[in-house]
Amino acid sequence: MDLELMINSFPKLLNAAVITLKLLSVSLIIGLFIGLFFAILRLNKNIFINRFAYGYSYVFRGTPLLVQIFIIYFGLGQIEYLRSTVLWVILKEPYWCAIIAFALNTGAYTSEILRSAFQTIKPGIIEAGKSLGISSKVIFYKIQIPIAIRQSLPAYGNEIILMMKGTSLASTVTIMDLTGVAKYIISTTFKPIEVFIVAGGIYLFMTFIIHNVIKFLEKKYSFN
Amino acid sequence: MELLAFGDTGWGDELFRATLMTIAVSITAMIIGFLFALIFTPLKLSKNKFLNFIANSYTTIIRGVPELLVIYLFFFGGTGAVMFVASIFGYNEYIEINAFITGAFAIGIISGAYSTEVFRGAIQSIDKGQFEAANVLGLNKFGKFFKIIFPQTLRLAIPNLSNVWQITLKDTSLISVTGLVEIMRQSYIAAGSTRDPLFFYSFAAVLYLLLTFVSMKLINRLEVKYSRGY
Repeated sequence: MDLELMINSFPKLLNAAVITLKLLSVSLIIGLFIGLFFAILRLNKNIFINRFAYGYSYVFRGTPLLVQIFIIYFGLGQIEYLRSTVLWVILKEPYWCAIIAFALNTGAYTSEILRSAFQTIKPGIIEAGKSLGISSKVIFYKIQIPIAIRQSLPAYGNEIILMMKGTSLASTVTIMDLTGVAKYIISTTFKPIEVFIVAGGIYLFMTFIIHNVIKFLEKKYSFN
Repeated sequence: MELLAFGDTGWGDELFRATLMTIAVSITAMIIGFLFALIFTPLKLSKNKFLNFIANSYTTIIRGVPELLVIYLFFFGGTGAVMFVASIFGYNEYIEINAFITGAFAIGIISGAYSTEVFRGAIQSIDKGQFEAANVLGLNKFGKFFKIIFPQTLRLAIPNLSNVWQITLKDTSLISVTGLVEIMRQSYIAAGSTRDPLFFYSFAAVLYLLLTFVSMKLINRLEVKYSRGY
């Protein structure tokens, strides 16, 4: 066991963890909007809109995240037309490609979580709102969305942790996140166990924090 | 389409073999995962605090650390560990372990952590009366487990195990970083040599979708089979 290496690599890995957290938070925020948007589409009665939203979540949940990143990072750059548009400013950066892939991926899972939360809301609650003369728009924003958010907190907490692990794939497109730096240190020192303990410890610590924040929110927003 | 031709001109046969490789790694990893679950589920349910601690550490660490990091640990650490053991027996040459075995083992350990949780949940949600009834019937420990508890556990576990299978199948794409030629690695090679990454990665996505779709259909059948009577 090489303690010195562990102590020396700790600050480097901690710096890299900041990048992991940045990737995670930006893609979660974008993903939440995507998820909400597609969850609403799923509730639509129009079969085409419905199928479209289902297809989106099916494709992104049925393929590995790695494929999605590679299609966006390596694949889209191949389209000549895209290179001449403003989009290219974003798509030539591995950082943004990773975020787009993560956001689309987590958006797919989030849309499923929110959809099932919307569907488990008792119709009586909506009817109660209607009988009070509240417009259906207000019912949606003031009654359905808050309840759905509360319902989906436990599942969404799991999704955040899964996504945090997913951000490690950013290292495959040259981003030096926590896993990227860990791999670099491993491949230069050939001490995988020591680096794994430190990097894994940092990941576990982040998991622990996320887990407890979600637990706290669940308690805060519980019905009784 | 000619990119996908079989033979020397296209990548069809290579991708077909790669798909078989993905299936083989996934199944091997799933089986290794079951073996881990077989060890750790009883530890999780045991009343001994220390055994509990071991099983909980396993599932917590594996489920809280990125798959890629675990794979790097095995990829870089596996060779070292094997060579260390070999050196005890006086063998000091360089040993390279097979990428298939390292990969399947790494994914298997990950898959095992999820399977353990699934089996634990399934066993815990079986009605206490079933255990008591088995006792009343005078069955011994094995009879109790294999005739009464296990079949019911399977029924409850299959839907969640199908999720574990999906996760395992998708995780195998990560082994491509170790050089094992499965779908992802083969697409990477093909994309590099034809300079057509968009086509090959999209095709890889289609292959994965196909695998998840077909396996879902098969698992649904199992589900029906094990929930007859309900």
